[in-house]
Order: sequence, then structure tokens, then C-alpha cells
Amino acid sequence: MTDMKTPLAKVRGLGSAKGGTHHWLSHRVTAIANIPLVVFFVVSFVGNAGKGHAEWVAWLKQPIVAVLMILFIANMVYHMRLGLQVLIEDYVHDHGAKFASMITLTFSCVLIASISIFSILRIAFGG
Amino acid sequence: MAEFTLPKNSRVGKGKTVKADGATNTRDFHVYRWNPDDGENPRMDTFEVDMDSCGPMVLDALIKIKNEMDSSVTFRRSCREGVCGSCAMNINGKNGLACTTAIEDAKGDVAITPLPHQEVIKDLVPDLSNFYAQYASIKPWMQTQSPTPEKERLQSHEDREKLDGLYECILCACCSTSCPSYWWNEDKYLGPAILLQSYRWLIDSRDEATGERLDDLEDPFRLYRCHTIMNCANACPKGLNPAKAIAEIKKMMVERQG
Repeated sequence: MTDMKTPLAKVRGLGSAKGGTHHWLSHRVTAIANIPLVVFFVVSFVGNAGKGHAEWVAWLKQPIVAVLMILFIANMVYHMRLGLQVLIEDYVHDHGAKFASMITLTFSCVLIASISIFSILRIAFGG
Repeated sequence: MAEFTLPKNSRVGKGKTVKADGATNTRDFHVYRWNPDDGENPRMDTFEVDMDSCGPMVLDALIKIKNEMDSSVTFRRSCREGVCGSCAMNINGKNGLACTTAIEDAKGDVAITPLPHQEVIKDLVPDLSNFYAQYASIKPWMQTQSPTPEKERLQSHEDREKLDGLYECILCACCSTSCPSYWWNEDKYLGPAILLQSYRWLIDSRDEATGERLDDLEDPFRLYRCHTIMNCANACPKGLNPAKAIAEIKKMMVERQG
């Protein structure tokens, strides 16, 4: 079928989505929050390198460490979710593939965050 | 998916070579050729240009080639002084105006192709219909509600200065066609040139449709496909910075959130 729409009709399309600012701002804010959280994560893991299982568990049981680790996971996964969404929107144009990628991305992020946070809590509160 | 390879009928082959007989000081120009009428794939023709009888700019060489070597070479040109934007093309991998790009600034051979990622009409002439429709879509004229004044609409010197670095844009499309985000999503992303033009009206103190203009731009694709790659600022033959204009639009979007 020949597409007889005018170029302007194509450009105007379905109109503005009236959104995107919240996504963009959230991506920046989580990036800022990531600076101290990633520093904490890297410094701690480098500092703990070579220690045994018991010492790692004892380290993670400290309330401040457990809270910071939960914040790190939550913030990192949310930031990753926002960033990878942009990546999919950039490159995946087929509607079906786009929908599938987006659902997979969201479910994976929720799963990664849930498992990680549950693990931290289990160690923090466990015996 | 985004396209990372050329379709079979767009693969560029090797074309003919035209020699400059008797010339001693020559330069090779490789020019992209595609004719919509012959059904052939595009090719790169080589023209050996006598530099002793050629002007200093890439456009001078193209005109010399068209006049003396092959009259079928097709390209747009008009003002030959960087104000009309017609002769925008890709010269040795960088988008620019053929009329303001000096041949001597290019090292070795000069390869000339059309602006990237646009449909080609013929040779070096890209189809910019989508680009122009995008420009029309942002309503590039002054919109007001107040009664029309008897004389001119007043503007302070400070407010007028805000248009510097914006009004100089000649809409040559060098920036937009150098932007990877525009390559992948030019159907929905407005691209650096059009967004710089949008900002030119957003920041104009005399315009009264700022909110409506921002409403139209507030879109994950129209505006937020800009990932500050900065190819636009690098490509602009007028030395403008579309990326900065886009960042200013994003700041306005945040500002009106409260």
C-alpha cells in the first residue's frame, strides 16, 4: 500500500506524549545518588577482599552496611531500568520485539532487586 | 531494529575515473554517484582535478568537475558563502558546507558523499522532506495573544542577546544528519537543528506561546532522544551549539515542574 500521508502528518503523528521529563530527571537523580553508593560498595568490597565467609556475614549484619547495601541495590537497579529502557527505545523499533524487551527488562529488574534485597535482609536478620 | 548495514541495492561500488590530461598539480575527488533512473547501485567516481585552475573551496572543485569533466554530477548550491545551507554534504567523513570547506584543509584525497542517513534523490542531493516537515511542526514564527501593537514589538537588549547563537542557524541539516540518535529515530526525534530552532522561539521574550511550545516538545522521542552525543556542535558549519540549546529546553521542562 502506498503511504499517501503528508510529511507533516507523519511528523505530527499521534502528538506529544506529554511526558519524559520525569524519566529524564529520575535518571539524573539516581545517577547522583549512585556516586556515594558506588564509592561505598567498591571501597567496602575491596577492603573486605580475602576475608572468610564468617567475616563477610558479620560485616553485612551491621545495620548501616545492610541499609546502604539495600539502597545501593534499589538505586542501581532503578537507574539500570531507566537506562536500558532508553536503549531499547533507541534501537528496537518493531512493536512486538519492543514490548517483549520492555516487559523482560521490567520483570528482570524487579526480580534482581527482590532477590538481592531479600538476601541482604536474610543475612542481616538471620541467625 | 536500527540498521547497521546498507541494504543490498545501496552498497557503494567503484565507479569511473576521469583524468585531468596534462595537469601537474592535481587532487583526487571521490564523488558519490547514484542515478534513480538507471537501476544501478551507487558508486564512487574519481575525478582528478587540476588544482592550478581550481578555486580554493570544495564547492569550487565540484563546480569545476560539473563544468569540465562530467555535467551529470548533481548537487545543490546557491550562495557560495555559507548563508544558504544548500551545499551541505559529507566531506571526508565530516558534515559541512562545500562552499566554506577549504580543499587544502583536507589531507590527501577528498571523498564527498551526501548527508548521512537520508534518502538520496540523486548523487549528492538528499531528500530533506522529513527535516522540513519537522521544522514546520514547531511553528517557527512568533505567536502572541496580546493585541497587535501599532509599531514594533519591543525587546530589551538583554533579551535580544539571548537569541545570539540561535538566529544564525541556516537549517543546512549538517547537525541533525550527524546525530546517531537522529539516524535511528528521525521519524519521531526532532533532531538538533529543529530543537535549536524551537529554543530560538522558546527564549524569545516577545513570544507568548512558550507553554504550548514546551507541551508539544515534552515527549520521550521528540526531545528526550538527545543523549548529549555532541556530534551536532562538532558538525555545525556556523559554530553553533545545538546540544546546549537542547539542554536549555530540558532545563525549562524541569523548571515548570515547580
